[in-house]
Amino acid sequence: MPIFDGKFTRRRVLQSGLVVGAGLAAPMVMRKRAWAETFRNDPGNNPNIVFGWNVPQTGPYADEGADELKAYQLAVKHLNGEGDGGLMNTMKPCSLKGNGVLGKKVTYVTGDTQTKSDAARASAKRMIEKDGVIMFSGGSSSGVAVAVQSLAQEMGVIFMCGLTHSNDTTGKDKKRYGFRHFFNAYMTGKALGPVLKEEMGTDRKAYHLTADYTWGWTQEESIKETTEAMGWKTVAAVRTPLGAGDFSQYITPVLNSGADVLILNHYGKDMVNSLTQAVQFGLKDKMVNGKKFEIIVPLFSRLMARGAGDAIKGILGTTNWNWSLQDEGSKAFVKSFGQEYGFPPSQAAQTCYVQALLYANACEMAGTFYPPEVIKALEDFQFDGMGNGPTLYRGADHQCFKQVLVVRGNENPSSQFDLLRVIKEVPASEVTYDPKIFGGELGPYKV
Amino acid sequence: MDAIVLQILNGLDKGGAYALIALGLTLIFGTLGVVNFAHGALFMLGAFCSVALQKLLTLSMKVKDPSVTFFDAYKQIPYLEIWLGDTGKAIIDYAVPLSILVAIPVMLLIGLAMERGLIRHFYKRSHAEQILVTFGLAIVLQEIVKHFFGANPVPVPAPATVAGSADVGALLGLGSSVIYPWWRLIYLGFSLVVIAIVFAFLQFTTFGMVVRAGMADREAVGLLGINIQRRFTIVFGIAAIVAGLAGVMYTPILPPDYHIGMDFLVLSFVVVVVGGMGSLPGAVTAGFLLGILQSFASMTEVKSLLPGIDQIIIYLVAVVILLVRPRGLLGRKGVMEG
Repeated sequence: MPIFDGKFTRRRVLQSGLVVGAGLAAPMVMRKRAWAETFRNDPGNNPNIVFGWNVPQTGPYADEGADELKAYQLAVKHLNGEGDGGLMNTMKPCSLKGNGVLGKKVTYVTGDTQTKSDAARASAKRMIEKDGVIMFSGGSSSGVAVAVQSLAQEMGVIFMCGLTHSNDTTGKDKKRYGFRHFFNAYMTGKALGPVLKEEMGTDRKAYHLTADYTWGWTQEESIKETTEAMGWKTVAAVRTPLGAGDFSQYITPVLNSGADVLILNHYGKDMVNSLTQAVQFGLKDKMVNGKKFEIIVPLFSRLMARGAGDAIKGILGTTNWNWSLQDEGSKAFVKSFGQEYGFPPSQAAQTCYVQALLYANACEMAGTFYPPEVIKALEDFQFDGMGNGPTLYRGADHQCFKQVLVVRGNENPSSQFDLLRVIKEVPASEVTYDPKIFGGELGPYKV
Repeated sequence: MDAIVLQILNGLDKGGAYALIALGLTLIFGTLGVVNFAHGALFMLGAFCSVALQKLLTLSMKVKDPSVTFFDAYKQIPYLEIWLGDTGKAIIDYAVPLSILVAIPVMLLIGLAMERGLIRHFYKRSHAEQILVTFGLAIVLQEIVKHFFGANPVPVPAPATVAGSADVGALLGLGSSVIYPWWRLIYLGFSLVVIAIVFAFLQFTTFGMVVRAGMADREAVGLLGINIQRRFTIVFGIAAIVAGLAGVMYTPILPPDYHIGMDFLVLSFVVVVVGGMGSLPGAVTAGFLLGILQSFASMTEVKSLLPGIDQIIIYLVAVVILLVRPRGLLGRKGVMEG
C-alpha cells in the first residue's frame, strides 16, 4: 500500500499529524533535561554564544572598568579551553570542561556604561536586542547595576553584576535575573566596625563625605549604624556629586567642624581625588580633640591605592579580594592574570572573572541556557576555590556570602603592587544577615 | 572666622580658573564678536600640554621587577633618571612649571590655526551658528585628545617642594586650622599675575591701545588704515595662551581628562554673562565672585538650610543678575542687544 495516494482524509491527516508530532518531540525527550520553552536569544543550533561585557570605559570608574574587561576576556579564553584554565582548575564543584559552555564557543561584545545609568541601560539593550547576548555582566557603579538589573528582569536575560557595593542591589532593588558575587556596604560595616573600635576607640566624631547616589547612601547608612552603635557621634554627612573632581570646597568645612575622623564614601577617581585633596589640606597630620585625625575609606581597591599614591598609606578600609591572598584559587588567578597582562588583578577583575565562570558553570549544571533553570542552578549554589573561601550564592536575595577583607594602605610595600596589607580576614558568618532587613522582591522566574 | 577664611581662599583659587577662562572668552567676544564654545577645549589642551611633557620626560626603560615572583612583572625607569640621576629626577618633578614654557608657543599656534582655519569664516554669521561650529570643534578636539591619551584622568603632580600645605593661619595670626595647599595658593597667585599681564598689555602698549580702540569702534580704526583684523587674530592667540596656561597650572589640582574643558566652559560662560559680555574687568570680578559664592554654598551650615544649593548657586546668581541687570555686572550698552 502506498504511504500517500494523493487523497486527504480526516484519518490520514490525524495519523500524519501524530507521526510528525512524535518525530519532532523525540529529540527533546531523548535529550537530557531538554526544555521546550523558547527564550530570548536562545542560541539554538548556533555553534557560538555571545556574552555582553557592559563596563565603564569612561567616567570616574573607568580604571575599574578597564580591569574588568581584561578579566572577562581572560574568562572567555579559559572557558574556550585556551590558556592555563585559571580558576577552572581550583573551583569546586566545577562542571566546566574547557570546551565553551554546553559545547558552544563563547564570544563576546563590549559596551561603555560611561558610569551613567541611562547610557548603561542603552548599551545593555543594544547588546540584548542587536547582539543577541545570552548573559551580560559589568560594574562598577551600583546606580548602573540597579538600572540594568531591572532591564535584565524585563527582558529575561541574566545579569551577573560586576563591582557593585550598594545594599540596594541585592536588597530593595534585587531581581530574579540579577546575581551579585561582590560584598556590600552592610558587610563592610560589620567587618570594619570591630577594627575601628580597637584602633580608634569609642569616643570619636565622624564627618562623612558621601557620593550622592544609591551606593554612597547605603554605605553612609551602614557605616553610621556601625560607628554610632560603638559610641561615635556623626558631626555631619555631606553629599557630593558623582565625578565632582575638585572636592576642596567640601573638605575645607571639615577642618573646623570639630570632627576627628573623616569617612570618605567615595570610590574610583572620586576617592582618589577626595583622599589626595584631604591629605593636601593637612588632615592626615592634624590633631583634633586631643586625638590624631583619622581618614577612613570604607571601600577601596589596589587600583585606587595606586592612584592615591602616598596618601593611601595607613588608611583603613575593606575590600572584596586582594591579590596577596595565599589560597590556591587566588594564587592560580593572580598567576594567570599576571602572565596575561603583566600586573595582578584588582578586586573588580576578580569578581567579574568569577561571575563569568559561575554563570557558565550554572549552564553546565542545568544542561541548558534556559534562564529559569540557570537561575535555579545558581540559587543556593555553594562553591570554593575561587579566592574567597567557601561561598554561598544565597537564593533568597542572590547575594554571595564569603569572607570580607579589612585592609590598610601599606606603609612599607615590598613591590610596586603591594599597596594593601590585609589586616583581618572576617569570616562569612560574621557578615551574614537576614535577607528580610533590606526588603525587596526577586520577581518571577519566567518573564 | 577660620572657616570663613578657608572658604574665601577656596573660592579664590577656583575663581582664578574661572576668571582666566572667562577673560579669554570675553576678550574674543569683545574683539571678534565670536561666542567661542571651543574655549573650554583650549583650557583642556593646555592641561594636556602638561600631560604630554610629563609623558615625554618620563619615557622609560622596562626593567624586570624581581620583587614580583608570581609572574613576569616589569618596572618603568625613566631614561632621564638613568642618564642624569638626581638632576633627571628634578626635571621630571618640575614637569608642570616647565610645561608653561611649552604651552605658550603651542597654544599660540593652536589659537592662530583655529582662528585662521575656521573661526574667521563665521564672523558674519549669527551667534547661533558660531556656537554650533565652535561647540562642534570642541567635541572634535576632545575626541582627538581621548584617542591619544585615553578617557581616564592623568595625574600630573606638583613639584615635591610645594606638594604640602601652608599654615596660612600662622601667617595671618589666625587659628591653627587654616591650612591651605601650597599649589592652590600658587595657582591663585599665578592667575592674578596672568590677569595683570593681560590688562597691562592692553592698557600700556600701542598694540593694546589699538585693540581697545578696535573693540570700541572697529570701523573707525579700520578707516585710519590700521589692519585691525590681524591684531584681532593675535588677540585670539593671546586668549588661547591664557586659557592654556590656566589648564597647565590646574593639572596638579585636578588630574585632567579629555572632558575637563567642557566642565569649565559652562561655568565660565555663566561667569562672562554675569560679568557682562565683552567686559574684561567684569569677567575677572565675576570669576572670583562666583568662585567664592560656590565655595560658601558648599558649607555644611548652608547646605543644611538649602540642600543642593552648592550645585545651583552659580546659575541662580546668573538668573538674578540677568533679571535685575541684563547687561551683567560691568557690561556695556549695546553688546548683544539688537
